[in-house]
Amino acid sequence: MSMPIFAAGSDPGANFGELLKRVGMSPFTDRSDANDLTIPHATTCVAMRFAGGVVMAGDRRATSGNLISHRSMEKVVQADELSGVAIAGAAGAAMEMIKLFQLQLEHYEKVEGQTLSLEGKANQLSMFVRSNLPAAMQGLAVVPIFAGFDLLSNSGRLWDYDVTGGRYEEKDFVATGSGMLHASTVMRVSWRRELSATDAIKLCARALWEAADADSATGGPDSLRGIYPVVASITKDGWVAVSDSTLADIYKEITNEVGLR
Amino acid sequence: MSMPYYVPPEQFMKDRADYARKGIARGRTLVALQYKDGIAIISENPSTTLHKISEIYDRIAFAGVGKYNEFDQLRVAGVRAADLKGYQFSRQDVDARSLTNQYAQILSQMFSEAPKPMEVELLVAEIGVDKASDRLFHVLYDGTVLDEHDYCVLGGDSESVVVRLKSAFKPDTALNDVVKLATSVLAGPDRKLSHEDLEVAVLERNGRRRCFRRIEDLEIQSLIG
Repeated sequence: MSMPIFAAGSDPGANFGELLKRVGMSPFTDRSDANDLTIPHATTCVAMRFAGGVVMAGDRRATSGNLISHRSMEKVVQADELSGVAIAGAAGAAMEMIKLFQLQLEHYEKVEGQTLSLEGKANQLSMFVRSNLPAAMQGLAVVPIFAGFDLLSNSGRLWDYDVTGGRYEEKDFVATGSGMLHASTVMRVSWRRELSATDAIKLCARALWEAADADSATGGPDSLRGIYPVVASITKDGWVAVSDSTLADIYKEITNEVGLR
Repeated sequence: MSMPYYVPPEQFMKDRADYARKGIARGRTLVALQYKDGIAIISENPSTTLHKISEIYDRIAFAGVGKYNEFDQLRVAGVRAADLKGYQFSRQDVDARSLTNQYAQILSQMFSEAPKPMEVELLVAEIGVDKASDRLFHVLYDGTVLDEHDYCVLGGDSESVVVRLKSAFKPDTALNDVVKLATSVLAGPDRKLSHEDLEVAVLERNGRRRCFRRIEDLEIQSLIG
C-alpha cells in the first residue's frame, strides 16, 4: 500500500472521513446513479403457464427512489389478441416501448394480412429491448416479460429478457422487477404443471402479495382506494382481464389466511 | 433531323383515360353498402388469399378494383401513412378524408406524369359514431374523388350494377339483407353467385377499437342462406 501523501491544495488535514474518501475507502460512497431517485420505476411482474395458456400479473406501484410516484400504473398490458407484455424498469421508456410494440404487431397484421407467430412477436420485442441498450447503460433499463398463446404449439408460452435483448423462454413461470426474488420463490413452491386457470390466477396474486410484503417498491392490494394488481389470462380464446371484484375476493381470502398464521 | 411528333393534349388525356378504363373494366365489380350497424363491402373474388378488401386503421377500410399489384401497393402505403400518423399524433387524428386526399394526389400524378396511368379504382370507407358520420370515398384512376352515400359501386360492370342497386337499396337493413342484395346485384339477372365467389368484410359499430372484420366463408354461406 502506498503512503497517503497529498498536494498542499487537496490535503484532507485532520478530517479522517475526508482521508478515507481520498484513498477510496469511504463506507459512504458518493452515489451518482441518476436512476435511483429521479425517475419513476415500475416494479414486480410475474407470468406463469397453466394447462390452458398463461396468466400474467403485475402490481400497480411506480417508485422514484423512496417515493411512490404512481399508485395505479398498469404494467401488464395486452399486446394483441393472443399475447401480453409486462414491464419492469424505467416507466417512461417502458411505456414507449410497449406502445411501439403494440403498434408493430398491428401494423404487421394489416400489411401482411396475417398475425406474426408468437415466436416472431417475442423476437420483435427482443430487438426493441436491445435498441434500448444505450439508455439502459445510463440507468434507464427496461426488462419485460412476454407471454401469449401459441396457436402453432397449442399452448401458452413465456419469455423473459435481459437488458441486452437476450431472450429466454421459460417453461414454467417467471418474475421480473425488484420483487422478483420473493415472487418467484412463492411460485417455485406452489407451481404445478396442471394448474387450472383459477388456481394460476390465485397463485399469481399470492406471489405479488408476498413480494409486496417484503419489497417496499412493490405495491400490495389497496382496498382503501380499490386498486388491485392487473391480472389477466391468455388462452386460445384470447386475452381476459380478471375483474377487480374477483381480485378483491382473492385478496380477502389471502388476508384471512395470513391473519391465522 | 426527325421532328418530335405532336399529340394534342386532349388526345393524350383521352388515350390514357381509355387505357385505364379498359384495365379496370376487365376486373370484377365491388359494392359497399351502409346497413344498420355499419358498412358492408362485398366483391366477387374467387381467390381466398388475394384480397380486394382490407383494414387500414381502427375505423377505416380499403377496397380496390383493377390491377391487383397496383392497388395492393396503394393499400400498404395507406396502412403505413395511417399507422405513422396515429403513432405521431393520436389514433383519433387518423381519418378517411385525409387518406383519400393523399390517394387522389398519387393517382392524379400517376395519371398525367407516369409512363402509364394506374388501372385501379379505390374505396376508402370510414365508420363514424353514427350512420350520418359514415364516409364512403370513391377515388377514380385519374384522382377524381367522389363522396358517396348509402352505397358505392366500383369497377368492372359498375354502370349496370348501379342501375340494379338504385331500385333495390333500402337504408337501415340488417347485415344478411345487404349481403344478399349485393350478391344479387353483382350477379345480375343471368347468373347466380355462391359464397365461394365472394369476398365480404364489414366495418361495424361494435364498441371495440378495431371495427374491421373479414367475414369468412362459413358465415357468408349462412348470411346469404
